[in-house]
Amino acid sequence: MTDLPLNGAAGAIPDFPRPARSILETDARTRARNRAEARFRAYGLAALLVGLFFLVLLLGSILWNGMGAFMQTRMTLEVELLESELDPEGTRDPAVLAETSTFGYGDLIEAALVRTVAATGVQTGLEAGDLDDLLSSGTAARIRDAVIADPSLVGQTVTFDVLPSSRVDGYIKGRVTRESLANDKNLSPEHLDIVDALVAQGTLDRGFNLSFITGADASEKRPEEAGIGVAMIGSFYMMLVVLGLSLPIGVAASIYLEEFAPKNRFTDLIEVNIANLAAVPSIVYGILGLAVFIQFAGLPQSAPLVGGLVLTLLTLPTIIIATRASLRAVPPSIRDAALGVGASKMQAVFHHVLPLAVPGIMTGTIIGMAHALGETAPLLLIGMVGFVASNYPGGVLDGFTSPNSAMPAQIYEWAKRADPAFYERAWGGIIVLLVFLLVMNLMAVLVRRRFERRW
Amino acid sequence: MFHVKHPLTAVALIALATPALARDNVQVAGSSTVLPYATIVAEAFGENFDFPTPVVEGGGTGAGLARFCEGVGENQIDIANASRPMRAGEFETCQANGVTDIVEVRIGYDGIVFASQAGGASFAFTPEHWYNALAAQVVQDGQLVANPNTNWSQVDAALPDQEILAFIPGTKHGTREVFEERVILEGCESTGAMEAFVASGMDEDAAEEACLTLRTDGLSNDIDGDYNETLARLEANPTGVGVFGLAFYENNTDRLQVATMSGVTPSTESIASGEYPVSRPLFFYIKKAHFGVIPGLKEYAEFFVSDDIAGEGGPLAEYGLVSDPELASVQQVVADETVMTAPAN
Repeated sequence: MTDLPLNGAAGAIPDFPRPARSILETDARTRARNRAEARFRAYGLAALLVGLFFLVLLLGSILWNGMGAFMQTRMTLEVELLESELDPEGTRDPAVLAETSTFGYGDLIEAALVRTVAATGVQTGLEAGDLDDLLSSGTAARIRDAVIADPSLVGQTVTFDVLPSSRVDGYIKGRVTRESLANDKNLSPEHLDIVDALVAQGTLDRGFNLSFITGADASEKRPEEAGIGVAMIGSFYMMLVVLGLSLPIGVAASIYLEEFAPKNRFTDLIEVNIANLAAVPSIVYGILGLAVFIQFAGLPQSAPLVGGLVLTLLTLPTIIIATRASLRAVPPSIRDAALGVGASKMQAVFHHVLPLAVPGIMTGTIIGMAHALGETAPLLLIGMVGFVASNYPGGVLDGFTSPNSAMPAQIYEWAKRADPAFYERAWGGIIVLLVFLLVMNLMAVLVRRRFERRW
Repeated sequence: MFHVKHPLTAVALIALATPALARDNVQVAGSSTVLPYATIVAEAFGENFDFPTPVVEGGGTGAGLARFCEGVGENQIDIANASRPMRAGEFETCQANGVTDIVEVRIGYDGIVFASQAGGASFAFTPEHWYNALAAQVVQDGQLVANPNTNWSQVDAALPDQEILAFIPGTKHGTREVFEERVILEGCESTGAMEAFVASGMDEDAAEEACLTLRTDGLSNDIDGDYNETLARLEANPTGVGVFGLAFYENNTDRLQVATMSGVTPSTESIASGEYPVSRPLFFYIKKAHFGVIPGLKEYAEFFVSDDIAGEGGPLAEYGLVSDPELASVQQVVADETVMTAPAN
């Protein structure tokens, strides 16, 4: 009986007192409400713009300060590898060649520099012994490594690509000027005359700095050689440990708590504890890691394995909370339908609930891992901050236990060092870290797209 | 199915299941002043020997020695870097924890410089200036009074007319101790404040303590971080004066100008000759029990003090270390693994 007239039964509309004006005309109160809304929108927009402004400012300053690290000045140097200095007996045995330490190459490099400078035709007041300030102090090690790797080089004149010192690099990049070198004992303005001539000659130029992305950390005297590659490997291994442990443990714990566990005092206590653990300062996990993993369990110091275990503890609460939330978000009708057609509880969870929760779990995991990737504080106590990332791990498994640092720890370390060239490298490291994070987040988005289902 | 009751227990189980792994690299921690030198040596060591590059951490002298004294074993560090000698208390902690045989190695000397922002007023300090500027109580007209000075020109008319604002190393740094001993205490004695404290009925220790009590009204600031933090504070406060290591200053001569102390400009030469008063020896401490257990430890220690590295003209001297005139005897100490005796204080 839907065709009853709407007001038929109720009779005529009673005479309400009607407003004097039409609703199409806005009154003062409506205008006030509209103004309040417009104001609120403006506040929101302003907040967004302020946020955007600072984001642009931050990214801009990171790029401005850090792009220099991706360029590196290089120089070609013809070195005469005198047999009389390196291998007087002519054995060409790598073991014999290794006996000449890097200090034994100083004279050869000095002679090569004198020839290079003479070829430019620059008249300089510098003594031969001061010329090596132009080059990185790591030059000798480069040449020595090449000689030991290929003993047949001895006796020949070989052209090497070598790195100029950090101040020459800074001069080419505009960071160092003749004025700023006035009191500097590491390089003098006279060196810069030679640099200018070498640039004109084409012996010295700058190019993309791949070794910054792939290289190892260097000592305080050689910022030009420092790279973030080894620290990146360290971060990668830690993330492997975090992913390998916290994902299965976190998901198993949340499924049990959410789907199977009885609701009693004990599980309540666990739930409260997990929520609290998520708020524990990260340094506390570092102390725990030192006490439990290194001193009690006897795991090595400075190892990504231990770092990964500590960060696992840090990430677990985040993953558990995110997983439980996404399990809870699966509509009960799905569970009920599965149980209704005779699935066991476990089948219902693993065949129906869990697949629907995967996007949420993945998001939580990636957020947790991104958080862990940026942590420095817990690593301080387990020996991963310092001059650590100086060797590539020997093998794939070795990567877990050989001493290594992590990207944020490496950035912190560089920011502390005296030579301003390390500062540039620290900003460059931030760019690499951001790209690493961006890739991780991109993976999270892709995984979510892949598994996302609607009902 | 194995239900994980608590995530922590599961992780601990995995950790326990992994066997203890032998360490094949030297592990060093300690003073942030020695850190640059140690990294230079560690890098050269890795290049010239078949051993892996040692791991060098910072953290400060006090923290490094505390870790050093925790015990002997592969889980413990082998070497602690220090910018001051080990204290008697630290030595006792070491002994109590089984670190009984310790080899003390002096690697050279390091100068502490006072610097202000480049382009600002230049300073010529004496220890008295610093005492009168920073102490809580100073002598004025023969009386001990709460420090009234707020401007360097009040301390000495020859100093620039500039507000006092000092950034000095925090108490966890070994540098602080040298600053106190060579500058504040010296100034306390020569301004007569020491005498005045003793005359007011204090014994010598209490008077010394009173000397080292610095003003807390914000004109003297402790920096617990590294020299880069001090530099950043100077750049934010152009009228400030900061305390730096010589090597740090020499890397940042474009941003800092150095002050003279008692008329001497700090340099490796003036420190080596003993003219520049504020310098201190740098050390590292080795656990003798780790020799022969940790591969490369002995070689690293010997390499550190070799003439090529720590001698004049070597990479450490180039970076700012003042070579030890008695390097040969230090080399002998390392070669013989001579164990140190208990420090006096």
